[in-house]
Amino acid sequence: MPHIVVEKDRCKGCERCVAACPQKIIGMSREINAKGYFYAEVVEQKRCIGCRLCCITCPDVAITMAVHGTMYHYFAY
Amino acid sequence: MAKKLMKGSEAIGEAAIRAGCKHFFGYPITPQNEVPEYLSARLPQVGGVFVQAESEVAASNMIYGAAGSGVRVLTTSSSPGISLMQEGISYIAGSQLPVVLVNIMRAGPGLGGILPSQSDYFQATKGGGHGDYRLLVLAPWSIQEAVDLLQDAFDLADYYRNPVMILADGLIGQMMEPVEFKEDRRPCKELPPKDWAATGWKGESDNRPRAIINSLFLDAQELEYHNQKLHAKYQEMAENEIRYEEYETDTDYDVLLVAYGTVARVCSGALDDLKAEGVKAAMIRPISLFPFPYREVRKAAEKAKQVMVIELSTGQMIEDVMLSLEGTRPIYFHGRTGGMLATPDEVAGKVREMIDGKLQEVRYV
Amino acid sequence: MSEVVFNMPEALETVHTHYCPGCTHGVIHRLVAEVIDELGVKDRTVGIAPVGCSVLAYNYFSTDFHEASHGRAPAVATGIKRSRPDLVVFAYQGDGDLASIGMGEIVHCANRGEKVTVIFVNNAIYGMTGGQMAPTTMAGQVTTTTPLGRDPALAGFPIRIAELLSTLRTPGYIARGSAHSPRHAAKTKEYIRKAFQHQIDGTCFSLVEVLSTCPTNWGMPPNEASDWLEKTMIPYYPLGLFKSPDEEDRAPKPLG
Repeated sequence: MPHIVVEKDRCKGCERCVAACPQKIIGMSREINAKGYFYAEVVEQKRCIGCRLCCITCPDVAITMAVHGTMYHYFAY
Repeated sequence: MAKKLMKGSEAIGEAAIRAGCKHFFGYPITPQNEVPEYLSARLPQVGGVFVQAESEVAASNMIYGAAGSGVRVLTTSSSPGISLMQEGISYIAGSQLPVVLVNIMRAGPGLGGILPSQSDYFQATKGGGHGDYRLLVLAPWSIQEAVDLLQDAFDLADYYRNPVMILADGLIGQMMEPVEFKEDRRPCKELPPKDWAATGWKGESDNRPRAIINSLFLDAQELEYHNQKLHAKYQEMAENEIRYEEYETDTDYDVLLVAYGTVARVCSGALDDLKAEGVKAAMIRPISLFPFPYREVRKAAEKAKQVMVIELSTGQMIEDVMLSLEGTRPIYFHGRTGGMLATPDEVAGKVREMIDGKLQEVRYV
Repeated sequence: MSEVVFNMPEALETVHTHYCPGCTHGVIHRLVAEVIDELGVKDRTVGIAPVGCSVLAYNYFSTDFHEASHGRAPAVATGIKRSRPDLVVFAYQGDGDLASIGMGEIVHCANRGEKVTVIFVNNAIYGMTGGQMAPTTMAGQVTTTTPLGRDPALAGFPIRIAELLSTLRTPGYIARGSAHSPRHAAKTKEYIRKAFQHQIDGTCFSLVEVLSTCPTNWGMPPNEASDWLEKTMIPYYPLGLFKSPDEEDRAPKPLG
C-alpha cells in the first residue's frame, strides 16, 4: 500500500502535483502554510497507486512516498 | 514641459532620446534592466534602433561600430558589465570615437551584490581598459541631474571625440523622482561635423579623406604622436570641463566634506544636522570626476581645519582629494561598502568623532 | 514494514529553495542530484553555478561548487577537469548564460571534447533579471525587451543549442529533454544519467538541454506554463538524442 506525505511548509502552492496525479487524490488546502502559500494536501490516501508522478513533478521535493508491502513499478525512474 | 515622476533608469533612456540618440546596444544586468526595457519600447516609436546584444563585450563593440558610422550611441550597464566592456572602451578612446556610457554602480568585486555602491571610481577615472586614455566622467546626484548630464554627455563626446561616462549608482537607477526635460535645450558645446566617420567614401571627389576608424599604429613614433594628441585632449578637458558644486562655503567653517553622487545628498542632510548643533561644516561635491576639480577642492579646504571624504567604497576618490590637498590639511575617511548606505545621522556622528579627535587620520606615509 | 521509495536525494540540501512556485529548476536540480547519488559519485563531484536564477545552486546541492561569471561556466569546468580529471565536473547553466554571453565558451568546450557534463536549462526567457528576451525566446513571445513580441526580422529566430552543438566533429553526447511533466522528467533523468556515465567512463563531452517552465516571467500559472511549453516549445525544440559518441563521425566527405 503506497503512502504519500506532503511536507506542507516546503510546498509553494504550484499545483503541479494536483495536475500530475492520475487518481486525482491531491487537492489544495484552504489554509496557508508558513511561507504564505495554499499548500497541497492528500485528499484520498486510500486510492493512491504509488505511481510517484506527484513526487517526481514537485519542484520542492515536498512529497515523499513510502510503501507497505508490494510496490508496483509502472515505469523506470 | 511638465515635471513627470520617472524611474532613474527610464529617465536616462528618455534623456538619450531627447539628446538625439536613436541607437542603443546593451545587455540586461541588475540594477539597470529598466534602461533596455524602456528603450526597447520607446526607440521603435521614434524610428530608432534597439538591440539586445549577446553580451557586454559584444555591446561595447556594437557601439564602436555605431559611433564610427557617425551616429550618437548609448550603452548602459552595471559594474561587472562595465568590466567586460573595457577592451571595447579602450578601442573607442584610441580610435577617437564619441560614445556615451552609463555605469549604474553596484557592489563588487566579482558578482558582488545588486545594491548601490561607488566602488568603480578607479575603474572609471584611472584604469578601466588598457592604455593611456581617460574617460570624461560625470557623476549625478539626482535623476534630474542625471538627465541633464546625460544630454551634455552626448555633446561633450561629440566635441572631444572621446567616450563620456555617467557614473551613477543603483539608487539613481532604481528610485523615482520628478524629472523635467527642457524643450529649449541647447548643445553645451559647438559641434563640428563628423567628417571623420566611415559613411561610405565617394572617391577622390569626396570632400573628406577616406575614413579608417582605427587605433592600430605599428610605428612607435606615430603612436607616440597619437598618444600625445589624446593627452592634449585630456588637458583641454581639464581646463574647460571641471564641474562641481559647493554648499555653505560662503560662510566660515572648520570641516569640509567631500562626496559625490547620492552620497553627497546624504551629506547635505548631515550638514543641516551639524549646523543645527553649531558645528561649522561645508561640502564640495565634484560632478566631473575626470577631470577632477583639484584646484577647487584645494581652495575649498583652505578655510577648513579638517577634511572628511565620504564614499560608498573603501576609499577611492580620497586619493584624488589627497592629490588635491598635497598634505595641507588632515584627511579623514568614512565609507560604507557591500551595498550598505550611509545615513545623515551616521555621517554627522563621524564628523563629531573627527572633531573630538577620535577618528584616525588617513595617511600613506 | 514500510520502505521509503521516494525521498530527498543526498546530493541535495534540505533547505527551501528561492525558486518561484512551479519553476522546474527544482525538478532539474533533483534529477541531477538523484543521478549523482545513484552513480555513487557524490564525494568527487564539483558543480559550477551560473549567473541567472540558479546563481545560488551552490546552496542547494551538497557537493563542492564553484561560482562562474556570466557564461563562463564551460571555461571554469575546463580548468577544473584538466587540473583534477578524477573529479566529476558538471556545469549548470540557463539560456542567457549558455546561449547568449557564453556561446563562445560552450562551443569551444564541446569542440575540445572536455569530459564534463553541462546541464542546460532552457526556459526561453531571462528569469533572474526580470523577463528579458533570451536567445531561446520563441518568435512572437512577449518579453520585457520585446514588448510587442519577438520579431524574427529584428532579433532573429530562437537558437537550438542541442542541434548546433551536435554538428561539431568532436564526439559528444547531446540530448534534449523536458521537465514540464513527470513523464518527461523521468525520460530526462535517463539522458542525465547517460551524460554523467559518459564522463565517468571518460568518453566524451556531454550536454543535456532541459526545456523548463518560467511561470512568473511567462505570466501564467505553473500548469498553464507546462501546457504552453508542450504546445509552443516542443514543436520547435524537439526532444531526443542528437549526438552520441558511438555514431559515425561527422568528418566532411573526401572530395573527388
